[in-house]
Amino acid sequence: MKQHTRAKSEVFVPSGQIQFGVFFQGVNSGTIWKAPESGSQTDFESFRRIAQTAERGLFAAFFLGEGLRLREHLGRPHALDVVGRPDAQTMLAALASVTKNIGLVATQNTTYNDPADLAHRLASLDLVSGGRAAWNIVTTDNAWTGANFRRGGYLDHADRYKHAEAFVETAKRIWDSWETPDGPARRVLHEGRRYTVDVTPRLPRSAQYRPVLFQAGDSPEGRNFAARQADVIFSAHPKFEDAVAFRKDLVERSLAAGRGANAVQIMPASEFILAPTAAEAAEKKEWVRSLQIGPQQAIAYLEQFWGRELSAYDPDGPLPEIDPVVEETSETRGSGFHGAKARQLADQWRAEAKDKGLSIRQFVTSKTARIDSTFTGSYTAVADQLAEYARVGAVDGLNISPWLVPSGLDDIVNHLVPELQERGVYPTEYRGATLREHLGLETPVRSADEAVAAVRA
Amino acid sequence: MSTFENPGFLAIELDGAGWDGADLTRAVLAAESAGFHAATFTDAPAPGRANALQRAAFAGPVTRSIALVPEVDTVYTEPFHISTQLASLDYVSGGRAGWIVTAAGSPEAAAAVGRSSVTGAALGQEAAASIEVSRRLWDSWEDDAVIRDVATGRYIDVDKLHYADFQTPAGFPGAGYSVKGPSIIPRPLQGQLPVLAPASLIGGIPVDALDAVLVSAPTPELLAAEVRDVRARVGAGVAVVAELDVVLDARGQAAAARGASFDGGRAAFAGSAPGLTDFLADLLKEADGVRLHPASLFVDLEELGRWVLPELRRRGALRPVVQDGTFRDLLGLDRPASRYATAAAAPAGAGK
Ligand SMILES: Cc1cc2nc3c(=O)[nH]c(=O)nc-3n(C[C@H](O)[C@H](O)[C@H](O)COP(=O)(O)O)c2cc1C
Repeated sequence: MKQHTRAKSEVFVPSGQIQFGVFFQGVNSGTIWKAPESGSQTDFESFRRIAQTAERGLFAAFFLGEGLRLREHLGRPHALDVVGRPDAQTMLAALASVTKNIGLVATQNTTYNDPADLAHRLASLDLVSGGRAAWNIVTTDNAWTGANFRRGGYLDHADRYKHAEAFVETAKRIWDSWETPDGPARRVLHEGRRYTVDVTPRLPRSAQYRPVLFQAGDSPEGRNFAARQADVIFSAHPKFEDAVAFRKDLVERSLAAGRGANAVQIMPASEFILAPTAAEAAEKKEWVRSLQIGPQQAIAYLEQFWGRELSAYDPDGPLPEIDPVVEETSETRGSGFHGAKARQLADQWRAEAKDKGLSIRQFVTSKTARIDSTFTGSYTAVADQLAEYARVGAVDGLNISPWLVPSGLDDIVNHLVPELQERGVYPTEYRGATLREHLGLETPVRSADEAVAAVRA
Repeated sequence: MSTFENPGFLAIELDGAGWDGADLTRAVLAAESAGFHAATFTDAPAPGRANALQRAAFAGPVTRSIALVPEVDTVYTEPFHISTQLASLDYVSGGRAGWIVTAAGSPEAAAAVGRSSVTGAALGQEAAASIEVSRRLWDSWEDDAVIRDVATGRYIDVDKLHYADFQTPAGFPGAGYSVKGPSIIPRPLQGQLPVLAPASLIGGIPVDALDAVLVSAPTPELLAAEVRDVRARVGAGVAVVAELDVVLDARGQAAAARGASFDGGRAAFAGSAPGLTDFLADLLKEADGVRLHPASLFVDLEELGRWVLPELRRRGALRPVVQDGTFRDLLGLDRPASRYATAAAAPAGAGK
């Protein structure tokens, strides 16, 4: 295997390169389903087309998200947004047979899985794909999701990363367990507060040694966890100044964790709205937003915070004058919003909207998630912008959420990628056969433990 | 079911293909072009075996007609995950997925997830609970739940989504549990995947939860009798599939000299291709299908494809292979309505 290792350094050295990943979200409000060209969110052909387009554009990785309970709105499944997606690892195993190079990243949480079972399935995906698998580690912890599982909702929010860390350590031991490619395998024991695992692993190491580890979580605990355990962090900070600050923060945490300044790569979530000219791109953005946040979506967004039906309100009128019915906000469950005092929030928002002269629809459009993560403009302008990201090392890559399926990557691959290649900041070929090689990550070193590797936590 | 008025189907176990993507592709394409109706993937905890469901998923996009049927354990695997993974397999295979239910009884399987081991009759009860969870979750989105209604802005019709609200029954042997639902994926293409289980689990699993049973006998001579026996227990509505280990004369070597080692518990046929053809032709008069476990996947598969399947087809013993058909089509099963669909649309008892 070719190796692209960088010496462990105390100083962050920008690679001068940008990589792309594609995040096929499957459940979200950002994917347009109302346009005539909007395809199926579940048919295999949609996934195949996106993955193969990404591969044509030399994307490092194809990501699938995970949510283990359907989001709800006012006590019922949420009706307005894209919902319902295939299981990540099953879909990625299928995509492995129709792609050759692209990395295959499965978002899988540490709370509703068993470590030995998940480690085995990820090792399987890694082997059948020839060393292209990765695990995007998430730490869902609510009892509401737990209602779908035998073990139930047993994990406190405060414990989510403690548990995740023991889980990941155990998975690493399992992947580490084969002495040589032919065996024998070491028995792995873990006696934890949540689990006891006693297993002799069945699968050898893959062409990339073990699955690449991504982490998606933003709290200080989440970042520390990434600094200790992950190869790449799937961040929520693509805006230039935020990205630079996030890099600085993560470098400090990596060094504190005893790893090099370049040990953890950063790939923020992002959205691209591109056209030949700036004016056309701006127009396209209006169109995209109008389809992402239609009148019903705008009202429903406020309903999450008001905790009551607001369908009598005009989406093109001012924010509702009536007050929320709940003290704490009633979030769209599973969407990741955090509670705030509802009444206070309503007052604040009404004032803000009035101040800026925004209707409900305009206000919600200005508030919703992807605003901060959008790169809008002409192909050349956005290529210049990204070249600057590469020059300072603001990010290692961007994880693109297409707003159209399955054609959403076409203009990026056809127009933006060549511009970036001309600027020398984007790969012109896959660097090797494995995801670890595409990303230029170090090959892990097998731990030199005794025959029985025991972890306690 | 004693003549070729009801031709049968042949399944082949592809375990010998290992984990390598290229080998998996080669194996499943060889099985498909040989005319096998179904490929199965074992999940036994043996070294070097990749996850069965993922191997089946990998095979999905490269094949067109062969059904893909992984074994999935029901005792130590989360039922919610099983259900969504199998539904996803159905999507990536265009409706050609099935499920061989297994119930791990080994202490090793229990230790791996830190649970106390489950044995005896409890295995069947665990399996039955997992099947019920999966079936409810598959039905939890009615077929037309995704409406994409631009006028009202609704992507789904929430009236067509249902909570599974599964609760383990009274007297459940292990720790009882509940599963809320709905599924996180729309109803599988087939509505319900065909569910197969070894005959040994019947009892714990009610017969009407199954679409097919796998029947084993200690010798080839006893297999047809065992098939008749099980048929009498399960009735005509459940397909009966005979299990057979196979080693053939191949490449100038007699079967006996090829040194096949079978793991026991299953009837084994060793001999010539014509001998096997006659044997299968007789067996298929009793059984709806036969699953072959070849001693050496690629060697025996080549012999089977060249000599055995063409002759069985010529004799009219095999059902036609249907390109882009579903596994339910192969088994002669209708596509059921969701059990939660409004009364007018759902005949009583539908939904298996
Ligand atoms: C960019 C990004 C993507 C995420 N994607 C998922 C996902 O697909 N599924 C999920 O359950 N959680 C997802 N999460 C949530 C995190 O895993 C985590 O549970 C959450 O951020 C809480 O952890 P924190 O407090 O450290 O942020 C994502 C988070 C980020 C930042």
